[in-house]
Amino acid sequence: MGRKLLLEHIDVPGINTFDVYRQQGGYRAVEKALKTMSPEDVVEEVKKSGLRGRGGAGFPTGMKWGFLAKPEGVPRYLVCNGDESEPGTFKDRYLMTHIPHILLEGMIVSSFALGANTSYIYIRGEMMPQIRIMEKAIAEAKAAGFLGKNILGTGYDLEIYVQPGGGAYICGEETALLESLEGKRGNPRIKPPFPAIAGLYGCPTVVNNVESIAATVPIINDGGEEYAKIGIERSTGTKLISASGNIVRPGVYEIDMGLPVEEFIYSDEYCGGIANGKKLKALVPGGSSVPILPANLISKTINGNARLMTYESLADGGFATGSSMGSGGFIVFDEDQCIVRNTWNFARFYHHESCGQCSPCREGTGWMEKILHKIETGKGSIEDIDLLWDVQRRIEGNTICPLGDAAAWPVAAAIRHFRDEFEWHITHPQEALSRNYGLAHYADPIAPVVQ
Amino acid sequence: MLSVKENHPVEFSAELLTKFAEVASRYPQGKQKSALLPLLHLVQAEYGWLSTDAMDKVAHFLQIEPIEVYEVATFYTMYFLRPQGKYNLEICRTGPCCLVGAERIMQYIEDALGVKEGEVTADGLFSWRGVECLAACGYGPVLQIGPEYTFYENLTEQSVAQLIETLKNKAQTEA
Amino acid sequence: MAEEEVKFRVTIDGIPVDVAPGTSILNAARQIGGDIVPPAMCYYSKLEGSGGKCRTCLVKVSKGSEKDPRPMPKLVASCRTTVMDGMEVQNITSPEVVDARKGVVEFLLINHPLDCPVCDQAGECKLQDLGYEHGAEQTRYEFGRRTFERIDIGDKIQLHMNRCILCYRCVYVANQLTNKREHGILYRGDHSEISTFIEEALDNDFIGNVIDVCPVGALTDKTFRFKNRVWFTKPVDAHRDCPSCSGKVTLWYKGADVLRVTGRKDEFGEVEDFICNTCRFDTKQTNDWILEEPTQVDKESVINANHYYNFNPPSVITENPTLQEANAEQLARTEKLK
Repeated sequence: MGRKLLLEHIDVPGINTFDVYRQQGGYRAVEKALKTMSPEDVVEEVKKSGLRGRGGAGFPTGMKWGFLAKPEGVPRYLVCNGDESEPGTFKDRYLMTHIPHILLEGMIVSSFALGANTSYIYIRGEMMPQIRIMEKAIAEAKAAGFLGKNILGTGYDLEIYVQPGGGAYICGEETALLESLEGKRGNPRIKPPFPAIAGLYGCPTVVNNVESIAATVPIINDGGEEYAKIGIERSTGTKLISASGNIVRPGVYEIDMGLPVEEFIYSDEYCGGIANGKKLKALVPGGSSVPILPANLISKTINGNARLMTYESLADGGFATGSSMGSGGFIVFDEDQCIVRNTWNFARFYHHESCGQCSPCREGTGWMEKILHKIETGKGSIEDIDLLWDVQRRIEGNTICPLGDAAAWPVAAAIRHFRDEFEWHITHPQEALSRNYGLAHYADPIAPVVQ
Repeated sequence: MLSVKENHPVEFSAELLTKFAEVASRYPQGKQKSALLPLLHLVQAEYGWLSTDAMDKVAHFLQIEPIEVYEVATFYTMYFLRPQGKYNLEICRTGPCCLVGAERIMQYIEDALGVKEGEVTADGLFSWRGVECLAACGYGPVLQIGPEYTFYENLTEQSVAQLIETLKNKAQTEA
Repeated sequence: MAEEEVKFRVTIDGIPVDVAPGTSILNAARQIGGDIVPPAMCYYSKLEGSGGKCRTCLVKVSKGSEKDPRPMPKLVASCRTTVMDGMEVQNITSPEVVDARKGVVEFLLINHPLDCPVCDQAGECKLQDLGYEHGAEQTRYEFGRRTFERIDIGDKIQLHMNRCILCYRCVYVANQLTNKREHGILYRGDHSEISTFIEEALDNDFIGNVIDVCPVGALTDKTFRFKNRVWFTKPVDAHRDCPSCSGKVTLWYKGADVLRVTGRKDEFGEVEDFICNTCRFDTKQTNDWILEEPTQVDKESVINANHYYNFNPPSVITENPTLQEANAEQLARTEKLK
């Protein structure tokens, strides 16, 4: 059983209230940081912890904080990214619903570290109940003297506000989020400058994911080194995994980095195996934008090593045979699922969510969706597969923001690993409309490639 | 192009304007445009949708040009530029929910309400649409109903039928 | 002794140039000139904040700088990337760049109506030029093209949303040159559109400049609509004493009649001065103007030569089979003209 850092008190009744959270040792990190540490000390602990951004990119949080410009007389901002919209990911919703105060505590500690006196929690508008929960938590913390002027008599001032989004996946991209927070369309900015230099209102800004900010609480309480003892290599600490799809026990799980993927899927402590006694066909381990893996590349990497829940192991094999940790959106496909239909579904999602600023994404995502729909509905040709490959290839890397890549990767990976399923849709159009391709050979063992 | 041309004049209540002012106070001096998204949510919660006149008045309140409001209101999917049903059922239609039957639920809702996606039932009570991932993939299929975006999880045809029934009764009691 | 001006040396397709710090790669390339200048559909030097969107100007930075020689991991928009000292850039000498650009042109064309025969922009259209230079002969797009409802935005400017490539230049003009912001972008993704919402007419003394900055035929001059093809008209530079603008324009003659008035455009298609609506729409008598001389029109322009100019690449391309392959269409252009 892994250690729980974020969800330790999840089962305590009333943990969503300030009083119960406080009784369970909550807000110790605020006391410790504000009373006994300097902002630089806090940054140093986060650096030592090896914490990497939990929103998807996996960039070291301490390093990101270190980039923050600190010109005299210019306010600095911390903005929490609670726009959680990556298909397969629902951990931030879970955390904010059940333990809102751990996010708030992390916000106070992080704001103190960065020298921010006003911070915003940007939450997607559809999560109106979570917005209400966070607003209530802020009011409680403020009443208890943990927010506002002169917090705990330390002289540190901080106000935190919740900002609702309006319904746009792209606002999870940090510069689009800042545009949205400024009351504009969620068009990603062209970088440089990066937010650390010119972010919200042109001021130095750090944007961090909900889970990353919450993770600073155990880091400050126990020290960065203690946090870094959990996990393997550069994947330290615990990670919230959102598990969905055809599994017995979907939900949010906090795991130690380094847990074997196989154990996560089949152990009763986590997913509990594939639902309805079916067989595993495929896995998207990190949210819809990361490459899909066929059954025979899930438990073991191409080298025959056990695949682990770490940034490194999930990416082992590169795009050819690996995937990515992404945001930890763990989507499991059983043998009855159609990869073509799912790829079309994801392509439609990215087409729908493209902001429309740059040409390859605006035009290319719609084109991919149309080709995939054509194949899925039995009207495709073999040339369409090559065309689809060519379109995704020319979107990837050529857009303003990563949405273009996010749209291209799942299509590329589906063709790479499941090409014969696409071909079957084309050569057997009638049959493909009435039944699924099934597991086929996707679980067949592959000979390990030893380097 | 926006099809709504007829004028739907609105008069914001003093209560709503107070809420506007509270929201606007969250941002630094001169950055009140930041209040735009929250204000549009407040207006929509009040009227059910955003008429041109309502948007113009929001622009006036924030001292920005109307086009700046239109640009935002048309960019984000949560804002309605025409009236919806009293209960607007928004069903997640993205991958993970589809793995557990969201497409079947959408079909069921279409049949049960007898209107196509985006249309409003004759009695004005219901409309429905598929929306993209609601970040609740582990509880799918899911749907939400504004303006408080109440959540309904692990939907089955039976639970949806029951929900529709409950909403009909609720509307009747309120009427 | 005067302080020596700091200059950064950047090499583009093997050609070095010294430029002031802060210069973009695109503008450094423009200082060199010729075929190594990346095309730009959305960047406009006179409009602050423009650029970065169309992705036609993508280039490869094969060496970041003298201090940090690492190459940049992705292709970058040359219009929005500033040069570093010692930077080395590949444009038409990178097959990757040429391929990406072909991809962008294809993307821009899949939903374009290709109604050039009835489009007033034909002959001075950047998308037409790009399609000619980088496009495939046949489309690979077999689906219905996106269309928009027609919107009337007044009696002076014609909006054809179907042709728009969403470069945002007109929005920047409306924001930066006019006092009131009425022009904007509505909706999102591939259904984004330029609009004034609820058919509100644009009235501002400088709004006519949206016509000159539009790289395609999305915004054209209604007072010139269907009057003539641009290559049958003769441009002449002229000026007048105008109380609101510089009064420096180009008059487009057919015989003795002035059919159209535009700003004066440089070799990159940008106007030298933005002109007012009175000069553009309401001053169409020769008597109103002091004529200067026939406008110098770029040799590449069909307006001048009735055909496109020879492709004149750096010698490295003619010596390298891979680069020849990458630039096949461009090289064929020269062959066709022989």
